[in-house]
Amino acid sequence: MAVLPHLSPVLTLAVDPVPWARSQMAFTLAVHIILVPLGVAWAFMALVANWKGIRRNDEDALRLARHWSRYMAVTFAVGAVTGTVLTFEFGLLWPNFMEKFGGAFGVPFAVEGLFFFTEAVFIAIYIYGWRRLPPKVHFWTGVPIVISGIGGTASVVAANAWMNEPGGFTLRNGKIVDVDFVGVFFNKAMPLEVLHMLVAAYLVAGFLIASVYAVAMLRGRRDRYHRLGFLIPFTIAAIAAPVQMVVGDQLARWVYNNEPTKFAAIEMVPRTARDVPETLFGHLTESGEVKGGIPLPGVASILSDPSTGTRTQIQGLAAFPKNARPTNHEVDVVHWAWDVMVGIGSGLFLLSAWFAVVWWRRRDIPRTPWFLRAAAVAGVASIAALESGWIVTEVGRQPWIARGFMRVSQAATGNEGVWVTFLVIVALYLGVAVTLILVLRQMARRFRENDPHAEQLLPYTPRARRRASVDRSAP
Amino acid sequence: MINVVGVILMVGITAYACFGGADFGAGFWDLTAGGTERGARPRTLIAHSIGPVWEANHVWLVFILVVLWTSFPETFSSIMLTLFVPLSIAALGIVLRGSTFAFRKEVGRISSQRNFGAAFAASSVITPFCLGAVAGAVATGRVPAGGIAGDPWASWINPTSILGGVLAVAACAYLAANHLVAEAYRFEEPDMVTYFRRRAIGAAIGTGVVAVAGVFILNADADYLADRLTGVALPLVLLSGLLGLTTLALHLHRATASGARLARVVALGAVVAVVAAWGVGQWPYLLPTSLTLEDAAAPQVTLITVSIVFLIAAVTILPALGWLFWLDQKNFLDDEAGAEPVGG
Repeated sequence: MAVLPHLSPVLTLAVDPVPWARSQMAFTLAVHIILVPLGVAWAFMALVANWKGIRRNDEDALRLARHWSRYMAVTFAVGAVTGTVLTFEFGLLWPNFMEKFGGAFGVPFAVEGLFFFTEAVFIAIYIYGWRRLPPKVHFWTGVPIVISGIGGTASVVAANAWMNEPGGFTLRNGKIVDVDFVGVFFNKAMPLEVLHMLVAAYLVAGFLIASVYAVAMLRGRRDRYHRLGFLIPFTIAAIAAPVQMVVGDQLARWVYNNEPTKFAAIEMVPRTARDVPETLFGHLTESGEVKGGIPLPGVASILSDPSTGTRTQIQGLAAFPKNARPTNHEVDVVHWAWDVMVGIGSGLFLLSAWFAVVWWRRRDIPRTPWFLRAAAVAGVASIAALESGWIVTEVGRQPWIARGFMRVSQAATGNEGVWVTFLVIVALYLGVAVTLILVLRQMARRFRENDPHAEQLLPYTPRARRRASVDRSAP
Repeated sequence: MINVVGVILMVGITAYACFGGADFGAGFWDLTAGGTERGARPRTLIAHSIGPVWEANHVWLVFILVVLWTSFPETFSSIMLTLFVPLSIAALGIVLRGSTFAFRKEVGRISSQRNFGAAFAASSVITPFCLGAVAGAVATGRVPAGGIAGDPWASWINPTSILGGVLAVAACAYLAANHLVAEAYRFEEPDMVTYFRRRAIGAAIGTGVVAVAGVFILNADADYLADRLTGVALPLVLLSGLLGLTTLALHLHRATASGARLARVVALGAVVAVVAAWGVGQWPYLLPTSLTLEDAAAPQVTLITVSIVFLIAAVTILPALGWLFWLDQKNFLDDEAGAEPVGG
């Protein structure tokens, strides 16, 4: 019996569903968000290669597009099922939130459903249509994928923006009695957040895919196929990087004006002040003082509103009741995530600028291997930036699930088994993630071996059709 | 308005039962196809047949969830709280199923294919069982109204839920077998035609037996539903049985490609009739007999939005979906599409 008091904290932890529900949501979203850029932007890149291939009769570009669409089939499948899990989790983990706000928050997902459907239909046609559809028709079946990727992102991020800036509904006695579709979907946080995520999708997908080809080129595969595989996504990412600087800056200023608690956490500002330094890293002490880090005098104020310069006032955490702002620990997380995101974003911008200058002067990739090394790192770095940005917006909103209306703790399920599903889902997702990478690598190796028979020896190919396809493509 | 949304919800459930169902069922036949050597041919046919369409088929599930949480948020909450366990298992099953199916197609080694295939096939059976059990729990009023949790175990481990789960798996297998006979004709594999025809007959009989046993189970376990199914919804129940017998007759007496294609449509009809019978049987309750659709409804504007979105889907998505199926059936889509062109 003596051990019970020692065990009880563990048991309460295991039983209280809120931290487990938060962990599960965070984990499943963190995995899904890596697949999102590939789902949204890869089709566009494949279409660029496809277009090049058709227009200039470019065999390498066509081969690239074909291989990309094969990879996409796999990543899209994993993205679709991990997305479906999120749909379940809204109810499984946050039933009270959905009960109260499903009629408003849920609406953008109805629109998203439309785009998801379109995407699923056309991605199947595009992936499976290479051989038998006329090339032009086949190319155009890829276009709806790009459009629905953009529309789907807009819808989902609209829902997330709504959590930051709930609007478009009327509450009476704690119940939603009226919903204004436009007000929900086009809530005030939506335009910039959507733009930020869309540009991020193209940026991350671009750097990520290019990084694979950068590694290949570093290993000596410098043929045209690999060069194209690097250039198409890298160019798109290099265009997205400066755009993202502008959009991100606008969004930060929007947060400064509209979500002051999140902004105070981002800049780690304990008390309302002017001439606030931009502290790089550091942390908050228990009493809420900034400790450590490298302060850049006045910079946070200048960036918040350049027109008033260092005189710009930033509201501090202490200006808000303790139960309506992130905890000190959460502030540390938000602040670090912010610094990581901005730091990586700036680095990616410099890498893009380097590429742009060299390309402009001599139409070539910078010759030094250091460029390719940097590009190889840029893939993983851009994912880190993406995750950090998402942490900023989510942890920065704490303790709210719908800012000002409902707390995360009020929203969570009372189900005490969440810790079990959390552990199972972590194991399952890790397994799927590792396998996904292994399968993609194996596919690449098979493509590289470029053995036309390798594809045909697969036992999952019916004999009759195997013969038929050989006959058809025979000259 | 609320009845419109109720119908939309039923349309979504029906579409998922038909298309997602055939898809799950294909996994059932994959599971039961035997060892690597023996099962290679049917597995190949299954992989080819569902390859291009499985993702689109499963969007219907997302559609159902979205309609539920926007239009009936409180009930959605009740269902999710009460049926946490089977729904969690179903969600995990969906992840396992989709990813292993995509992986299996792309890996070269037989042993990896076998492992992925086993995961795919097992989750193809577990997931519809759980969803069927959920349907059984809802239909028998074991989910309380008011956004509160009911019994986390007894709600879905009870006669009607077990019946729902078994019936779901059986109906999926039945649909898939009928579909695969027609597919075997399409791929011109006569021995596979025989193979799946035999299974279509078995599945029709099996599903029929489960359904008849279900009559007794419902009578003992679910008064309201049993009354309605033998009352107002009886024509639909009988229609479903009749259509099921028709597929049986088609496979026994008209062993032709057109007969198989007809049987595939009739089998879909049988499942549509069963789901419709459930819908009519429950009406006007969302949670029999504690909550009506009317009382569960979200604000009018949300319902209108859902209806409009559905309308847009009907005019945009359905043609696209139809085109996908048409291209698939006309052999415009093939598995090796992304591979190197063979023989230049």
